[in-house]
Amino acid sequence: MSTMISRHLDDATLMSFAAGALSEPLAAAVSAHVSMCAQCRDQVRDMTLIGASLLGTAPASSGPVSARAKPRGPMDGCAQPPRREHASELPAPIARKYALTLEGIDWTRLGPGVWRHRLPLSPGAQGELYLIKLTPGCRLPLHGHAGAELTLVLTGAFSDETGEYRRGDVQEVDAGTEHQPVGDPDEGCICLIAAEGPYLLKG
Amino acid sequence: MFRPSIDSSAAHRPREGSAWGWMPDLLSRIAADRSDGAFRRLFEEFGPQIRHYMIRHGADAATAEELAQETLLAVWRKAALYSAAKGTPATWMYSIARNLRIDRLRREICWQELSDEVAEATASEDAAPEDTASERQRQQRVHAVLAALPGEQREVVTAAFIDGLSQSEIAARLALPLGTVKSRLRLAYQKVRAALEDLK
Repeated sequence: MSTMISRHLDDATLMSFAAGALSEPLAAAVSAHVSMCAQCRDQVRDMTLIGASLLGTAPASSGPVSARAKPRGPMDGCAQPPRREHASELPAPIARKYALTLEGIDWTRLGPGVWRHRLPLSPGAQGELYLIKLTPGCRLPLHGHAGAELTLVLTGAFSDETGEYRRGDVQEVDAGTEHQPVGDPDEGCICLIAAEGPYLLKG
Repeated sequence: MFRPSIDSSAAHRPREGSAWGWMPDLLSRIAADRSDGAFRRLFEEFGPQIRHYMIRHGADAATAEELAQETLLAVWRKAALYSAAKGTPATWMYSIARNLRIDRLRREICWQELSDEVAEATASEDAAPEDTASERQRQQRVHAVLAALPGEQREVVTAAFIDGLSQSEIAARLALPLGTVKSRLRLAYQKVRAALEDLK
């Protein structure tokens, strides 16, 4: 599944992800790409070593931290939500957090051949996270961005001024860039889009 | 929200003979030693650093204490559950602290997996796990790279990994173009990657 991925994330974006310094929607899209891409997963693992090293040399506050009672008996590890497997092409982190399958998405029509499903974020989070579906040959309106935007292809493909993007490929766009993705003429596409700022429609 | 000044980042310069020199070893020993003494030592040695990390992110004293306790308790539990081959105690410690910070202090969804979850997800491809020595070697090499990093790169890396600042926040703090922040993060990582190349 990961062998075909040809467009990866910027190293700087992966560094901020490993540091826990990305906004919530961007972190979601990065985790989705990382779950599909062994190469980026290895990079994040190495980057986490940077955090571990820096934490080890960071200043300490004064006074000991009091130990709680030492746990006894078998432990179940850090409490994590149980993993639920979904028969879906959605990346595992998205399927798990939103208990969603591709087949079960409640799409809202935005225009001819363009559908959207918004994914809720935490109350204080900045930006937006949504799934978009383009039917074959249909295009998103020409738009710009107030902040960075990540687009991850989940099914099919799209292309724009910068080339073609297939399943697992990710596109990073900075503030100010304008583009107009077109769904693959045969398959169309479903993408996960994370945006830091509002979407700026042109005329 | 309280944002610490990153002018103090010079204090993060890795010091030779500092705590880091023995931190992975001590954590590994604690992972193997399940005694009351090892449990107390874990809290004494690493509690103050994690508490300080939480305070830098705006936690009050009681919350920082609680999050440090929670991090170390999780390290203790995981150390008993997983072999050292699945990531090192030092990376668990960082990733648990980071995830608790996002969850409790930022009150946002945490999208980063803990290091051992990533290891589990990828372990199936190759049955032979990396041995502990090689994990420790990786950490030592990363430490050496960070110690030799030019000040301007270390400043940006520390602002991200310890202060948790976004790239645009770092750019604003240091009065740098966003592109410069990105390129310094990339350059620092390229050095780490080069140092780890032959351990893959």
